[in-house]
Amino acid sequence: MRRVGVFVCWCGSNIAKTVDVAKVVAEAAKLPGVVYATDYKYMCSEPGQKMIQAAIQEHHLDAVVVSSCSPTLHESTFQRCIADAGLNPYVFQMANIREQCSWVHSDRDLATAKALDQTAIAVGTATKGRPLARSEVPITKRALVIGAGIAGIQAALDLAEAGYPVTVVERQPSIGGRMAQFDKTFPTMDCAACILTPKMVDAAKHPNITLLTWSEVEKVAGYVGNFEVAIRKRARSVNAEKCIGCGVCEEKCPSKVTSEFDAGLGTRKAIFRPFPQAVPNVPVIDRDHCRHFQTGKCGVCAKVCPAEAVDYDQGDELLSERFGAIVVATGCDLYDPARMTEYGGGRFADIITGAQFERLVNVGGPTEGHIVRLSDHQAPKTVVFIQCVGSRDDTKGYPYCSKVCCMYTAKHATLVKEKLPGCEVYVFYMDIRAAGKGYEEFVRRAQEDLGVKYLRGRVSRIYPAGDQLRVKGADSLAGVAVEIDADLVVLATALRARDDVAAVARMLNIQTDQYGFFTEAHPKLRPVENIFAGIYLAGACQYPRDIPDTVAAASAVAGKVCGLFARDSILSEAKISEVNAARCSGCLTCKEICPYDAIEAEIITDRITREERTVAKVNEAVCQGCGACVAACRAAALNLRGFTDEQILAGMEALCRE
Amino acid sequence: MKIGYYPGCSLHATAKEFDLSTRAVCAAVGLELVEIEDWNCCGASAAHAISDDLAVGLAGRNLALAAQQGLDAVLAPCAACFGRLKYAAQHLAADGAELPAGLDARAAAGVRVHNILDALLHLAGLERIREAASKPLAGLRPAAYYGCLLVRPPQVAEFDDPENPTSMEQILGAVGAEPVEWYHRLECCGASLAVTNTPSAVRLVAEILGAAKAAGADCVAVACPMCQTNLDTRQAAAAARLGETLDLPIVYITELLGLAFGITPNRLGLGRHIVDAMRLARSS
Repeated sequence: MRRVGVFVCWCGSNIAKTVDVAKVVAEAAKLPGVVYATDYKYMCSEPGQKMIQAAIQEHHLDAVVVSSCSPTLHESTFQRCIADAGLNPYVFQMANIREQCSWVHSDRDLATAKALDQTAIAVGTATKGRPLARSEVPITKRALVIGAGIAGIQAALDLAEAGYPVTVVERQPSIGGRMAQFDKTFPTMDCAACILTPKMVDAAKHPNITLLTWSEVEKVAGYVGNFEVAIRKRARSVNAEKCIGCGVCEEKCPSKVTSEFDAGLGTRKAIFRPFPQAVPNVPVIDRDHCRHFQTGKCGVCAKVCPAEAVDYDQGDELLSERFGAIVVATGCDLYDPARMTEYGGGRFADIITGAQFERLVNVGGPTEGHIVRLSDHQAPKTVVFIQCVGSRDDTKGYPYCSKVCCMYTAKHATLVKEKLPGCEVYVFYMDIRAAGKGYEEFVRRAQEDLGVKYLRGRVSRIYPAGDQLRVKGADSLAGVAVEIDADLVVLATALRARDDVAAVARMLNIQTDQYGFFTEAHPKLRPVENIFAGIYLAGACQYPRDIPDTVAAASAVAGKVCGLFARDSILSEAKISEVNAARCSGCLTCKEICPYDAIEAEIITDRITREERTVAKVNEAVCQGCGACVAACRAAALNLRGFTDEQILAGMEALCRE
Repeated sequence: MKIGYYPGCSLHATAKEFDLSTRAVCAAVGLELVEIEDWNCCGASAAHAISDDLAVGLAGRNLALAAQQGLDAVLAPCAACFGRLKYAAQHLAADGAELPAGLDARAAAGVRVHNILDALLHLAGLERIREAASKPLAGLRPAAYYGCLLVRPPQVAEFDDPENPTSMEQILGAVGAEPVEWYHRLECCGASLAVTNTPSAVRLVAEILGAAKAAGADCVAVACPMCQTNLDTRQAAAAARLGETLDLPIVYITELLGLAFGITPNRLGLGRHIVDAMRLARSS
């Protein structure tokens, strides 16, 4: 049996106020295996650590138990401490008598008894502990970026500039994402395309960047430093090598389809680039809407193509590649205003969304930038904007603030005033949230210099009145009901998580919050990392973010990935599973269940029968120690180092002591 | 199909024609109404403003009686009664809910509560209604008016879209009428202010009826006694306020269905309105 030392921490008054520390020490000293027990005010402090190291020497300890706070906070502190004193860092156990005891209880006697039980379990576990070792695993210094909006593009450029190869996978035919749809950007009113397209071109030309558009990530296995990723390059039906990007095919294609890029306002063809500055400048055939693929009766694009680039027989291509880090930059969707039946639920042509307004006001959009009503193509004389449509609304939408809508509505109102100076512009708002560099000034300019009328209140109903829309709302500052006859109404719809977020989260083995946004490892201190090492988050897949925040997050991610890639290898986990071949029946349930593909079949010669048989084998470099295989093994042939069955039973016995 | 019938105070008095037409129309589409014996006030308009126990208790007693009398569903044609009974059923379904005087709260909570639109649409069905329409209302352009309580609050009513309901239009369409498209179907009619603040009520009535008239309606179809009374009695004042003629009969949807089913106007109580509604029978 190991010689265990027990060190009980007061944590100032955090523990000592509720737990009788002296009593825990006195009782712990009587536990089997314990040769020394003491307490101290702050065990994590330098004197505390010195005390532990001195006790190890003096009492020849070969296992240490610290009863203090959460292992998340200080397990590594104490592991380093005992390692410096010559012990293996894994002959260490921690009992969390703060978060799991003193902080959550008030009865001193009961809390003291519980702290002692927790300490006893740790002691029992420590008596059966073994020294463990970690091995070095090389890192693949290539990054995968999923999503090529501004977040993915920025992260990819930063990483490529640092010298690392990056593959960017984008499901749309072009990179650019939502930002490519925008007209101007707040608060500087830069043209979005003018600042985005150079970055798109840079990404396309960079020798370290491989762009895979019209492609999807299908499977992710492995772990930090060594992810195995399957990517499907969907058939473009156009040979990218031959295509010269002349656009004749698009011109001649007879099939018109509602344009996703124009937010449903315009049309595109079945063979299309979403917008003229698309990167790559190679169209794709949308086979669901193509006459050739649906009826077999067309072939116009192939006929007119001067480069003979159209290839109807092209098939999907499956790639399998290894990456050291994965950047998730999958963006967001928008709230569907069809749910707002009080605003017509999509029945009235002159009620549009902010996303549609972006296309309406953009020179490349369906109206060539003229702000007009969709019903009669006349310029509006009165425009009403409504903020918080679907956000801050737990009845019909989401309780969270969508963050960007106050600013983009101020931008839209400004654009109306600039393009149609005589137009009356109203904004219904709940609060103005303009926290950002130059943001408040931007909103004030719209209000004070441009004369946009801001009304604090909600709109209860919109219905047609003559050829206008009657907007009934409240002005809660004046305390009156207001009615405005508007020509055009624009709804600032909330940003929300993408529809397929659950499938993506499952594929990457990462978590989402209650709204479907991906969760960071720590909301304040690790904002761009996922808890699953090697996976990083950037942009609006995390929560509603504007362009400056998104770019900052993307560059932060690149910094984190560079930090990882600056090393040649990482240490593997020590607490991993192992197979007792004598007990293994070779059913390989563990192989099926392993989320890291860390288990493989191995043929061994049975020690007794001398016959060959199959058993499971753990790839120690790949295993992350999640323990799923241990729980799944029906023969108890698998064990998790550091959490062995023997250790757990010893802990239980200590808990059930007399 | 046998279903409990809770007429409430209105249908025994000011809204007698709603009672007559509901009974006649339900019989024609195979809904056998059995009036709950010894029913009492549903508590609408007063009880729930004073005490939740009283509100649930009054309405809950009616449901408990229905259950006792072997009725597992209740039709409450009055929109306010419907809301109160449904609210009580929902609250009695909570763990530990009780009713006074030895009434069985659990049984009361199990009674399904229907308004007249719900009963016609989902218990009888549009097919049954279409078949019964021996004299379709071709050319009639009613404005379907829901008011506030038929579909709201949505967590109580659990019926149709609270902002864009369509059930009345579906039913009227099934008997050949052509409901007009208009947008004041859910506006408050001001019934609760009809006595205490008459000018406000008249303003609201004027807005609603002015919009119905502008949309080309030749009558207004309702399913709530308060809406009917208010839109009918305040119509003259509303017309004066607007400075135009309104002359819109305010009829229960069941009266229109009755006409379509070939039931005589007298059996439907069609002559009991202030703005003459008998012309609808003559024209149909």
